[in-house]
Amino acid sequence: MQRALPWIALVLLLAAPAVLTPYTYDLLVKIMVLAIFALSLEMLVGMTGLVSLGHAAFFGLGAYTTVLLSPEYDPGHAALLLVAAVGAAALYALFVGALSLRTKGVYFIMVTLAFAQMAYFVFHDTKVGGGTDGIYLNVRPVAGAFDAGNKTHLYYGVTAALVFTYGLLALIRRSRFGHALAGIRVNEQRMRAAGFATYAYKLAAFVIAGALAGLAGFLLAVKDGFVNPELLSWHESGAVLLMIILGGIGHLRGAVIGAAAFVLLKEFYATPAFVGAFLAEHWQLTLGFTIIAFVALLPKGLIGLPDRLRKR
Amino acid sequence: MDFATFLVQCLNAVQYGLLLFLVASGLTLIFGIMGVINLAHGSFYMLGAYLAFSIAPLFGQQFLLMLLAGLLLSALFGYVLEWAFYSYLYERDHLQQVLMTYALILVFEEARSLLVGNDVHGVKPPDWLAGTIPLGELMTYPVYRLFASAACIVLAIGLYLVVNKTRLGMMIRAGASNRDMVRGLGVDITRLYRIVFAGGVALAALAGMIAAPMSSVYPGMGGHVLIISFVVVVIGGIGSITGALVASLLVGFVDTFGKVFFAELSGIGVYLLMAVILVWRPEGLMRRGY
Repeated sequence: MQRALPWIALVLLLAAPAVLTPYTYDLLVKIMVLAIFALSLEMLVGMTGLVSLGHAAFFGLGAYTTVLLSPEYDPGHAALLLVAAVGAAALYALFVGALSLRTKGVYFIMVTLAFAQMAYFVFHDTKVGGGTDGIYLNVRPVAGAFDAGNKTHLYYGVTAALVFTYGLLALIRRSRFGHALAGIRVNEQRMRAAGFATYAYKLAAFVIAGALAGLAGFLLAVKDGFVNPELLSWHESGAVLLMIILGGIGHLRGAVIGAAAFVLLKEFYATPAFVGAFLAEHWQLTLGFTIIAFVALLPKGLIGLPDRLRKR
Repeated sequence: MDFATFLVQCLNAVQYGLLLFLVASGLTLIFGIMGVINLAHGSFYMLGAYLAFSIAPLFGQQFLLMLLAGLLLSALFGYVLEWAFYSYLYERDHLQQVLMTYALILVFEEARSLLVGNDVHGVKPPDWLAGTIPLGELMTYPVYRLFASAACIVLAIGLYLVVNKTRLGMMIRAGASNRDMVRGLGVDITRLYRIVFAGGVALAALAGMIAAPMSSVYPGMGGHVLIISFVVVVIGGIGSITGALVASLLVGFVDTFGKVFFAELSGIGVYLLMAVILVWRPEGLMRRGY
């Protein structure tokens, strides 16, 4: 049953546009984009054991690259922009990873945060990307018959990207590379003694994770048609970390479930029709207490819920 | 830059650094002794500022009395908070703590919005601190800023004495260097944790109260301080109070002079400093000691 879950989800996703309203459509695309982002962080945290609090930098960089390289009044070439966004994020990840992987544990968390904050302030304080106001993507990119401005095209494009990311990470997990990463997570010293150049492995994981976050950023920019510096802020890095913890670290499914749960909870608590005008205005309060309850009751994340129920 | 301007900037840098030290010293102790990554620490700074705003009318000119009252209130708050939320976190994974304390930020922000609203407020310094003193021919410097620096220095000395000269301080130092050993030796670790946490909250809140008359009191003021304090803690070395003092002054100077010389890119300076220091010394400036 557990193994079939991703396939069932895929079938549902492919069939979904037939029944969706524009509102749920948009929500679903948002969840999928954030799921890709969460999966890219899961590769670092769950697979390699590297907790980064600066992952939004690559996400934001991918988004900004997309918008900055698009021509102002004509559609850009989707494939070229995609490559550029992923490439920019990967390059920055190579730079950040090469330096920050010298540190460990909490220090690693903080150095990744520092590099993300630097990128944040470049976009926030200078005029490179419109400053605090952000910039608009006036015309969505196209590639051949694919037009990102078309809702259905965008939906299937994002779905394909999610499937690609999920599949890639699932393959990596089973590969020799993935097993080496798992070894590093459990006991890096022993892996080094066994002759693995652990630094190179970690750096490779960091760059791949950064590139995938760039992919998510590209999709977000194309979906929203707008970027602002908050995409790179530590709140965003914190939120994506929250998603994978919420879902359950150590499982790819956890990242996707966590992203969906986070977006849906936020949406639920902020909608007056569900919770009333007063609570909707103060959605952070209810969301905060819900997360505290999750921490108290589900130490393994949402993915541990069936096990917990079974034990009762 | 003439000498008077330079002097003013130096005073500003020291004052900012000392204020950061108050927040960061509590954070580094909670981090070093209890092993909790407390993302909600910035909220305590905000709490202090709003506390100053709320109780200032009650105390009128009795500013010092107000600070004392705020200190006691926030310590009590910290004590209760540790018992209610944090005491469950010690055996948990770091990531669970991140999740919980992030949720607490959300709760505190909304609680603030419900109780005080979302407006920006100002707090007036008392009359006896409201003046300025002349520096050179053209410049003046507000007395309150000097008072803020002096108050922070007094607190820092107090902290030094408590940590170095008392039995409690001995336990704190021992806890920072080897938590498990202290527990093994039969120290009532639950009480120690609670006291350290309450102390950390009180220091952060006091920093907020002292800062309130200088900067305005506004929503989200905790977030910025939180991140900068983490930077200080990490540059100084986790669990090291001396390191936190050195690092906060360093950050104060880099930030202040960064704003003078590179206005546009000033936000980057502090993080650049941290990246350089951590690449040079991956465990901060003072990784041993307390």
